[in-house]
Amino acid sequence: MARFFGARFMTAREGPRGATWYNAGMQTLTPQRLRELDLKATDVREGIIRALLAAGSGHSAGSLDMADIFTALYGHVMRNRPEEPSWPQRDRLLLSCGHIAPVRYSAMANFGYFPVEELLTLRKFGTRLQGHPERVTLPSVETTSGPLGEGLAQGVGMAQAAKMDGADFRVYVVTSDAEHQCGLHWEAMMTAAKFKLDNLLCIIDRNFIQIDGSTEEIMPLEPLADKYRAFNWEVFECDGHDIAAFVATVERAHAVKGKPQVIIAKTIPGKGVSYMEGDYTWHGKPPNAEQAKTALAELAATRERILAHV
Amino acid sequence: MSNTQTLDRAAQAMALVDYRDTANLKQLPTRNGFGEGLLEAAQANRNVIGICADLSESTRFEALKKALPEQYLEIGVAEQMLVAMAGGLAAVGKIPWIASYAMFNPGRSWEQVRTIMALNQTNVKIAGAHAGVSVGPDGATHQAIEDIAIMRVIPHMFVVVPCDSVQTKKATLALSQTFGPTYLRFAREKSAIVTSEATPFEIGKAQVFREGTDVAIVACGILVYNALMAADKLSRERGIECRVVNNHTVKPMDEAAILDAAKTCGAVVTVEEHQIHGGMGSRVAEILSAQHPTPIEFIGVNDRFGQSGDPVELIEYYGMGSAAIEAAVLRAHARKRA
Repeated sequence: MARFFGARFMTAREGPRGATWYNAGMQTLTPQRLRELDLKATDVREGIIRALLAAGSGHSAGSLDMADIFTALYGHVMRNRPEEPSWPQRDRLLLSCGHIAPVRYSAMANFGYFPVEELLTLRKFGTRLQGHPERVTLPSVETTSGPLGEGLAQGVGMAQAAKMDGADFRVYVVTSDAEHQCGLHWEAMMTAAKFKLDNLLCIIDRNFIQIDGSTEEIMPLEPLADKYRAFNWEVFECDGHDIAAFVATVERAHAVKGKPQVIIAKTIPGKGVSYMEGDYTWHGKPPNAEQAKTALAELAATRERILAHV
Repeated sequence: MSNTQTLDRAAQAMALVDYRDTANLKQLPTRNGFGEGLLEAAQANRNVIGICADLSESTRFEALKKALPEQYLEIGVAEQMLVAMAGGLAAVGKIPWIASYAMFNPGRSWEQVRTIMALNQTNVKIAGAHAGVSVGPDGATHQAIEDIAIMRVIPHMFVVVPCDSVQTKKATLALSQTFGPTYLRFAREKSAIVTSEATPFEIGKAQVFREGTDVAIVACGILVYNALMAADKLSRERGIECRVVNNHTVKPMDEAAILDAAKTCGAVVTVEEHQIHGGMGSRVAEILSAQHPTPIEFIGVNDRFGQSGDPVELIEYYGMGSAAIEAAVLRAHARKRA
């Protein structure tokens, strides 16, 4: 197992980038820290590729394209304790589009929630890493997801509960763009605005793809930002692969009072693996052994580039 | 004339009122008991909250809304949102009661109920109002007669159908203190109150309301009264003594009570204001066919939709009145002898 993952994976939990280093939430993003996060995002992508290869099924494109944002969330933005996943004061992160669970699992593993080797159990009998995430099996995934369009609605409930109890945790909901085709999501948007849930931040993986093709051909979502504004949300947009830009955008969102916020993060499906980038056919399939080898080689090269850039 | 002394021993043990005294029998909608129980539960525990989808009067949320507005949320006509938001609130320790018409919740929200309440194992409580054809004039769109089936099939779910408003209040209080996803079903119209404050109530424990050894009538909801009336008439006119079981908890069902009734009586009639297919009676049949095969007759709606009409008229038309129950008892009794 150790050989399969390589030394970097085996040491990721214990090294200087161990759990406690990351869990305070929204400290200053120094260049050193940013570089660490960029490396971590590469680790997360490697974990995704290895897990999907081992599983033999699963969703590649969206998992890869959200690696930078999940790294930023777990490694910098969110208040969380990997060693105590059910810590009551933790920020809540809901993954509404449950099919990109590999990115969440890989981020959790790489930030010390569980051993990275466990990623190889993805989708296998008896695993905690179910094909779509389950709250009961894996603490701190916050909810069971997979049926689309339901995450924001539950996030609204958690944010409202925090308001009622005077609790200061924040609620983050990651959604796909295509699940905006579900009616329930819009019910949740209305409700969040009604209750002025400024402790709620929705993050959209705007990669413009879904199973059958382009979102704008299947069922157009644009003008998406205007729709959120019309629903009384504060809207931000950013590059979903620029961790510094994303963190800066989250800081601006946190400053908003009396309104829920959304970040429309522009992403490239399959980001980090050249032959997957921008190709919707990678939405719902895993790489085979040969393709995984190519992907891991590309990611290794990415890591070398980051390390070389001082 | 009212005389509880002349009720049979089982009825006395259950502290029932004299249901035979139709002139003095009190009638109230079962939903009233929900409103009263919810207010009491919310006063006792500030984490008990109500979430309403634009039906506060119909579902009897008004008392909570007035007395404890900070424990009451209104989210408009959005039943999927009702379940999902409640799931989020429950995940942070709230005990949300969500109420709408049963046809819309869980009718419209079934997948959210399955995923967010049951698979997720969250402490969300559904109050399904206006169940059954006795909704009356609103017609088939508003008459939920499939809800027991779609809820009892979901793992972890409590499904409770109390027999009158007094019991509905007790059920609301008991379920508020019991962790787990829950479906409490009640009706719109006023109906006979057969239990009293002193009548015990325990989730998962069926109640023998009348003793007898010839045929067992296993009923739930407002039709328990019809079952008692049918049993009384069969006793007086034909000397057939029915055990009447108030089977209020459809899931988890009291298997021991069902088996005991079947073994004692040798024939069973199930009674519910619901499709025969997949309802409470179907669960009774599952239990008995596996453990103690027994002739069963089913009272319920037989694979049809409801329609507009007067509640009593509809109960009769769809074959759930006392006379229909009597006929079913006779059929079951005959099969037992055969």
